[in-house]
Amino acid sequence: MLNCTKTLASMKAGEKVVIEAIDTSDPLVRRLMTLGLVEGAELEHATSALGGDPIEFIMFGQAISLRREQARAFTVSPVGAGE
Amino acid sequence: MNKLAEIRVPANQISTQRRADLSIAVVGNPNAGKSTLFNRLTGLRQRIGNYPGVTVERHVGELTHAGKRIELVDLPGTHALSAHSFEEMIAVNVIFDRMPGASAPDGILAVIDSTNLYQGLYLLQQLVELDCPLVVALTMTDVAAASGIRIDIQALSDRLGGVPIHAVTATTGQGVGALKDTLATLNEQPRRTARPAWPALSEAAARLDPDHSVAEVGRLLIDGPDDSNEALASALLPEKQAAYDDIRAALFGDDEPLAVEARVRYGWVRATLGEVQEHLPVYKTLSAKVARFANLPIPGTIGLFVVMAIVFQAVFAWATPIMDLIDAGTVALSEAAVGALGDGAFASLVGDGIIAGVGSVIIFLPQILILFLFIILLEDSGFLARAAYLLDRAMRSVGLSGQSIIPMISSFACAVPGIMATRVIPNRRDRIATILAAPFMTCSARLPVYALLIAAFVPAQKIGFLNLQGLVLFGLYMFGIVMGILTALMLRQTALRGPKQPFMLMLPAFRRPNLRTVLIQLLGRARVFLYRAGTVIFAVALIIWALAYYPRSDEVANFVTAEQVRAEQTLSGDALDNALADIDNKAAALQLEQSWLGRAGKTVEPLFRPLGWDWRVSSAVIAGFPAREVVIAVLGTVYAVGDEADEARLSGRIRAATWPDGRPVFTLPMVVGLLIFYALCLQCAATIAVIRRETNGWRWPAFAWAYMTTLGYFGAMIAYQVGS
Repeated sequence: MLNCTKTLASMKAGEKVVIEAIDTSDPLVRRLMTLGLVEGAELEHATSALGGDPIEFIMFGQAISLRREQARAFTVSPVGAGE
Repeated sequence: MNKLAEIRVPANQISTQRRADLSIAVVGNPNAGKSTLFNRLTGLRQRIGNYPGVTVERHVGELTHAGKRIELVDLPGTHALSAHSFEEMIAVNVIFDRMPGASAPDGILAVIDSTNLYQGLYLLQQLVELDCPLVVALTMTDVAAASGIRIDIQALSDRLGGVPIHAVTATTGQGVGALKDTLATLNEQPRRTARPAWPALSEAAARLDPDHSVAEVGRLLIDGPDDSNEALASALLPEKQAAYDDIRAALFGDDEPLAVEARVRYGWVRATLGEVQEHLPVYKTLSAKVARFANLPIPGTIGLFVVMAIVFQAVFAWATPIMDLIDAGTVALSEAAVGALGDGAFASLVGDGIIAGVGSVIIFLPQILILFLFIILLEDSGFLARAAYLLDRAMRSVGLSGQSIIPMISSFACAVPGIMATRVIPNRRDRIATILAAPFMTCSARLPVYALLIAAFVPAQKIGFLNLQGLVLFGLYMFGIVMGILTALMLRQTALRGPKQPFMLMLPAFRRPNLRTVLIQLLGRARVFLYRAGTVIFAVALIIWALAYYPRSDEVANFVTAEQVRAEQTLSGDALDNALADIDNKAAALQLEQSWLGRAGKTVEPLFRPLGWDWRVSSAVIAGFPAREVVIAVLGTVYAVGDEADEARLSGRIRAATWPDGRPVFTLPMVVGLLIFYALCLQCAATIAVIRRETNGWRWPAFAWAYMTTLGYFGAMIAYQVGS
């Protein structure tokens, strides 16, 4: 494990990550899981609205936006580090 | 006794609604191209209704193919059979035959976006598990092919247990013929033998309750008992609670059932995608690049405001010439009718009642059509989702949602199309809060009233480089905005308090809207307005006409005849014409004074005394309840300058109006109060009718009317009492 946990809310522009773990206690987060944000899904940070909220990601070729509050529940790790 | 039992037939079989041979539910993810395909299949043979007791629209269309009448029910878009929003719940309840007033579909047409198979397959695998004939329409195959996605349709069909799959391009109609063939024979489809995506759940469900459908029991296991599966839960759980709990513990452990479901099912989706899809979709097409630029914070926000400005300009300015034309046409037609039919009650009924009433309905059509043209274009092109995304934070802070922006801005032109536009807001609470805030925006019908009163009573002096009259008008606009926002905030804290809705938006790539679909939708909106709201507006216009016309007074008629005879004897030429016109105006004023409306004004005068209004203002205000702009015409009649009076003459008359003791009626505090009253009061039958139609009941329009009238009354009273 790395020194600190990185979440979907703390990504840099253009970064690609894979979801490692999810805090499922928030029902809104479980809702996002039914939309495909599950462990193993790859996401790319696209952009964010004024003020950095909501955030837009690309997932399986689709643009999807979520609020910072829910984005924090998704622990991620970078992909492509070894490639 | 037995005879009675024998003739009992299920209600849906005797219903006259069900004339089609087949009823098929159209199910799909939001933005999967469901509406475009629905419109392509049914064309103009569709109607828009409401599900009983709820605000969700029910779109039903019909097509005839291979000698069969097929009814298509376009269900609200849903991502899964686990419903989260109100609209999704409707879709799921119809699929599970739990919707009161809607019969179970004979089959399902699943609309799946081939550029988004990842989410599409999540829904599709759940539809396959239902015991219901199913056909899949794979949409946007042209876009998919262009971005390098290749889908092995045969492999996908095999994987789903032999479900027929048709690749279609709804915009050109390619593949639609073959789809219709399958639809017409859908009820003859052999039973599927699909390997379930989640065998453990399906087996557990079959074990727990062999009598009900595996899919429905499976949902009960995952979702637990809730409002929509109540019937099944109460039939099953009392005796099988222990088995139910054991199965849940074995399937989910300590984890959240829905999270477990998402993991298992998306595992299946990824495995399937590996088999049937050759290429991962790339988000690099031109439209995607445009979309990404449009979503950058600064250019996106600027672009958004430019588009909003164009929409506002269009609704406000482009509609005006057509509305003036309708207005002039109505007046000319009404005068022609009165001229042809002569004096009397019938002529007035036709001219001032019926023709003017019809005119008061169709006058709204230009604004509605122009606004909806923009909304449909913005929605179909994928812009609206982006607007909601960009404005989410700002609108959230005032108790609304990002999608509220178009309804709110449109309401500055007219609340009627604005409120109709709230159907783009998915969350019901946000939607109702927006509907109730919308009538506070200064609409174009308030402008003539503001203009008259400001021109007559606010001095045209400069404050710095600003004009005081303009400043007052601006203040009234701001006042409306602030009151609307306060209303939304108050409602979200009280009656519309509720659990937070997930904010999650799929931001569709920009697409070119399809002209055919746009026109069909536009026509649908116009029909909904004319049938549902138009009838109420027309009825109210007739009632007000009757109140202002009856009873007729012989005394006034005799007085008029005597005056006319005297004028003809003493005057000639232009002087005679002027005198006759004056007599007509005076007669109209006298008739109005003793009509039901005038009597009502006198009766309620004490009620409005604390606001500083005499019976004339009170009658005009009462007459203005169905449509606030009418107040000018009524003031014109009551001050005997004619109902087509020019502003200068009318403002001269109202400045001179006095109480019986000689004090002026229109003092500055009274005028400020009157302006506040017009800013706050819901004096518009059309708005009330549209709120009723959009909230599907009288509860919210009644509340809006009482609330806004109370605010207006006390606002005007405070202004008058403090000022005097």
